[in-house]
Amino acid sequence: MSEPLLIAGRALPSRLILGTGGFESHGVLAEALSASGTGMCTVALRRLDPGARGSILDVLEGAGVQILPNTAGCFTARDAILTAQLAREAFETEWIKLEVIGDERTLLPDAVELVSAAEALVDDGFVVLPYTTDDPILARRLEDVGCAAVMPLGSPIGSGMGIRNPYNISIMVERAGVPVILDAGVGTASDAALAMELGCDAVLCASAISRAHDPVAMARAIRLSVEAGLLARGAGRIPRRLHAEASTAMEGMPVFDTPDA
Amino acid sequence: MRVIINGELHELDADASLTDAISALRDPREGRGLAAALDGEVVPRGRWSETRLSEGARIELVVAVQGG
Repeated sequence: MSEPLLIAGRALPSRLILGTGGFESHGVLAEALSASGTGMCTVALRRLDPGARGSILDVLEGAGVQILPNTAGCFTARDAILTAQLAREAFETEWIKLEVIGDERTLLPDAVELVSAAEALVDDGFVVLPYTTDDPILARRLEDVGCAAVMPLGSPIGSGMGIRNPYNISIMVERAGVPVILDAGVGTASDAALAMELGCDAVLCASAISRAHDPVAMARAIRLSVEAGLLARGAGRIPRRLHAEASTAMEGMPVFDTPDA
Repeated sequence: MRVIINGELHELDADASLTDAISALRDPREGRGLAAALDGEVVPRGRWSETRLSEGARIELVVAVQGG
C-alpha cells in the first residue's frame, strides 16, 4: 500500500511501534507483538536482578524486531545521557527513545533538559527519538538539534485520554521535516486512527495494549486502526460543515401531490 | 576491598577488576544485553577485564526490562 516509513534512513516494516511496559508476562507480550505486526519495540534499562528468569531480549530477538531502548525514569539530561550510553553498550544500537521527565505525577517531559540531552546525544552519534509535549515550537527545536523524529504525546503517559489537542499535532505535522510519532495517551483503536488521520507517521503504543483486558485482541485492533488512519489520511476526508449536504440529487424527484377531490 | 554493586556492598579481592565485580552477580561471559557503569561513567565491554577497581567504587550493572 503506502511507502514504508523511513527514520534516519532505515525503513520500518510497520507504523506501529510497541512499548513493552505493562505486559503481565513475556508470553502475552510475544503474542501481542505478533498480533501487532510491529517491527520495533521499546525496552527500558534497570539494575541486573540475578534472580530474574528469562530476558525480554529473547522475546524480541526471537520475533526479529528492532530494539529501541528508552531512558524512562530519567529526570535530568545527565542521567538520560548516561542511560543512553549504557543502552548503546548493552544492545549495540545507536537508537534511543529519549525521555526526560519533569515529575512523577504528570510524567510530562522537561523541555529544557530534553533539548539539552538531545543535542548532546546527537553530537555523540545517537539516532535520537525524543518523547516531547505537543508543542510545535519545542518539536522544531528538537528537529533543529538533529533529532531523527519527534514523538509528541497525545495526553499523559498511561492516561488513555487520547489526543487532547489535535490542532497542535496538526501544526506539528505541517511543519515537521522529520517523522512525527504519536507517543503517549492512546487509550483505544480510534485514538491511533485519529493520530494517523492527523498526519502522524507512526504511533507508539504501550499501556493501551498491555493493560487492555485482552492485550492480543487490542494489539490487532490498533494495528488495523493505524493502517485505517493512514489510508484515510491519504484518501482525504471531506470538510466539516455545520449544515447538512444531501448526497442524493433532488433532480428527478417524483411528485406525490394528491389530486383535488 | 569493599565496593558497591547496584546499591549493595560487596567484598572483593584487593586487585579486583570490573569483570570480577560483575561475576558477583552474573557470568560475565554472558555479557549480551548487559552494560556497566563505574563511578558514573560507562565502561565498554572490551575494557571490563583491564578496569581495576578502588575501595568504595560504585558500580551499576543494567539489563533490558519491559518498558516504554
